[in-house]
Amino acid sequence: MIAFWILAPIMVLAALGILFVRKAVHAALLLAVVMMSLAVLYLVLEAPFLFAVQIIVYTGAILMLFLFVVMLVGVDASDSVVETIRGQRVMAILAGLVLGLVLVTALGQITLGSAVGLGDANSGGNIQALANILFSRYVFAFETTSALLITAAVGAMVLAHRERLDPKPTQAQLAAQRVRDYAAKGLHLGPLPPPGVFARHNAVDTPALLPDGTASQASISRVLAARGTVRSAPALADDIEGVQQSLESLGDDAARGQGPAPANTEEDDR
Amino acid sequence: MTATPYVVLSAIIFTIGCVGVLTRRNAIVVFMCVELMLNASNLALVAFARQHGNLDGQIAAFFVMVVAAAEVVVGLAIIMTIFRTRRSASVDDASLLKY
Repeated sequence: MIAFWILAPIMVLAALGILFVRKAVHAALLLAVVMMSLAVLYLVLEAPFLFAVQIIVYTGAILMLFLFVVMLVGVDASDSVVETIRGQRVMAILAGLVLGLVLVTALGQITLGSAVGLGDANSGGNIQALANILFSRYVFAFETTSALLITAAVGAMVLAHRERLDPKPTQAQLAAQRVRDYAAKGLHLGPLPPPGVFARHNAVDTPALLPDGTASQASISRVLAARGTVRSAPALADDIEGVQQSLESLGDDAARGQGPAPANTEEDDR
Repeated sequence: MTATPYVVLSAIIFTIGCVGVLTRRNAIVVFMCVELMLNASNLALVAFARQHGNLDGQIAAFFVMVVAAAEVVVGLAIIMTIFRTRRSASVDDASLLKY
């Protein structure tokens, strides 16, 4: 019973957190908390097989599937706060409160008596006892489950598969297309410049600086540009004076035959 | 030790899942709330199995898990397909059948 009174508040708080957190990833992690606590409660309730299945299937498989889809859809796919139906949120919370009150008061009215316990049923081992029931009385439901699983697998494959309308271009075709673009539109023939090569930061969110000190837009990933997480070019344009100074001092040092330029620049010292 | 506290906890979590399905807009979070409701019902089943001293409740919880796994696979595939065509995981955007 101690485990219950420790885990029950954690579960309720985590479940309430799913309602209030903005990001889907946080909701998934809170759901993991609820499911792990539930697994421990199964152990307390003399269901060791369900304890293992809960951890393996729910937290291991289903939650990972959720996290994969969250990653594919985009981590910052948060909820919009705008209500499409007026007063829907208030009504939903009221309905939830009524449902909760009805359920809890109804359950408070009944007295279940002391539990029989699973000592007899589990005497030959919980898994053996479950197998005995599953493969005798529930064997038809068990076989039907296989049809359900294969339907789900085929359905997921059909839904997630995307038919290619045109054949995938080969490397030779891509190269020929590049040369054609160069001839027709004068596009850059070589590979795109990597980000951050001439900048202070070697990070992918920093555009490369062209020789005249302007930022090269072609060096940034399209995804980062669309998300708006690229470092601003003016901040880098300020840096160019520091680069020039260090270059001049490098030139002086080289002229005087002294050692190489300092490894770290002014901004790093700051 | 009676099963009442477990069943009350299961009712509370089920209610939270219900409110989540009604209020959240992100289809993935709505799905998570459905999972929460299934888990709450599982807790009640296992608690009643112990209350009555037979394992039928645990078998039922086991089948609920199997169905939940299949349902999640298909549901998330549908969400992926909708996201691929509409660039959005919000349940309000998929409203073409309304008109």
